Amino acid sequence: MKANEVPQDKSSLDSINQKELCYATDESGNYITTKSSGWTPKTIALNNAIEDIKERAEEAKQRVLNNETSPIEYYMELNRMDVTILAGYVGIWPFRVKRHFNPKRFKKLSDKLLQKYADAFNISLKQLKQGDLNED
Amino acid sequence: MKIDFKHHQSAHCENGVVSNLMKHNGLNISEPMIFGIGSGLIYCYIPFLKVNHGPAVTYRVMPGLIFKRFAKRIGVTFKREKFKSVAKAKQRLDENLKNNNPVGLQVGIYHLLYLPDHYRFHFNAHNIVVYGKEGNNYLVSDPVIETVATLDEKQMEKARFAKGPFAPNGQIYYPISFPKESDIPYKEAIVKGIKQTCRDMLAPIPIVGVKGIRMVAKLIKKWPKKKGIKVANHYLGQIVRMQEEIGTGGGGFRYIFAAFLQESSAILNNEKLMELSKEMTVIGDLWRDFALEASRLYKNRKATTGSYDKVSEMLFELADKEEVFFKTLKKAIK
Repeated sequence: MKANEVPQDKSSLDSINQKELCYATDESGNYITTKSSGWTPKTIALNNAIEDIKERAEEAKQRVLNNETSPIEYYMELNRMDVTILAGYVGIWPFRVKRHFNPKRFKKLSDKLLQKYADAFNISLKQLKQGDLNED
Repeated sequence: MKIDFKHHQSAHCENGVVSNLMKHNGLNISEPMIFGIGSGLIYCYIPFLKVNHGPAVTYRVMPGLIFKRFAKRIGVTFKREKFKSVAKAKQRLDENLKNNNPVGLQVGIYHLLYLPDHYRFHFNAHNIVVYGKEGNNYLVSDPVIETVATLDEKQMEKARFAKGPFAPNGQIYYPISFPKESDIPYKEAIVKGIKQTCRDMLAPIPIVGVKGIRMVAKLIKKWPKKKGIKVANHYLGQIVRMQEEIGTGGGGFRYIFAAFLQESSAILNNEKLMELSKEMTVIGDLWRDFALEASRLYKNRKATTGSYDKVSEMLFELADKEEVFFKTLKKAIK
């Protein structure tokens, strides 16, 4: 890629006023470093990934409201996690996390364990228990 | 306290941190040199690991490996510490800062609030340098952004003890001894670096290197039929996202490698490497074309199965090109 062909598209880097560094060639074919403000194909990929996560969180929310799953699954999706990552933060085996998606089991969980979940999600114990599914 | 540390932006975090730490200690080594000597280039499809509910494809070697190989090959000794205890991890970091020693840290990118929200996924192999502490705030030099940043104690703790694949466990690292500038075996180190990259890219393992690229190309063809268009698009987007992730990426890495070959050509006095550098630039451009074509697909969700075949063909072509390239490169340094 030549330095003058380095893409300068709009991207989320604008939100923090940053550009990224790239390696490209100058007129005589020598490598130099230059800045790029972003590239649309990449921005689309990132946006799609975020959209997918939002969709999954929304689905989980509906299932919580229908009493088909526990708020743990919803907050997991909201925090862009999967079962393995969440299990890492809580410090238990992944299969246990999956079991805690069961609303009946969720109600029986101890405050001590729920607190660990709440910490992983950066919310309060009360918020997790009440299951008011606010986005922040 | 604030250590007199100069922040340089780089294209990729791990090279950048090592390069910045070297420069701080008076050893002027460029980012491409570190990437090349550390044999950073690879392609690997990891079948059993899912990242964000999609396939895991990596375009660089395991976190920490570039830096380990680089240090070994040029004779720098690094100290590396991991922690079980959060308190101990903080104490060791603070001690180092007090001793005027900037340290490299492995952190989880999700907890770095100074990055745009779009980049904050649970990816744990990010590297930064901490070069001071003012009150409750750590001074952070993150090589992928232009300016320095800060993280408070709590955020730092979260970032250092992020969980999931490649959990950093509070890892810190810093150089403790250097060879004399005149003693550094640059030539041997470069040759070793190149040889290993050739070996990796041509490895007889179905998921690694050129064979790995072919495997993913085959999968792309199958996804729309097996998983449906929606999932196929998500997977394809994921591949591009990993390819072009902030400052890293397939195309980007190929350019860094090309820059490395150019620099090496002068050091080794080898004309062939210069030609190969140009070749690699062309291949880098093709990787970008692939990403562009793939993005056209996942942008509109009504893609037909036929359009996946085209993207898959592009990837097959890349595999062929890279196979020839690395075979020639192997011969060029003999």
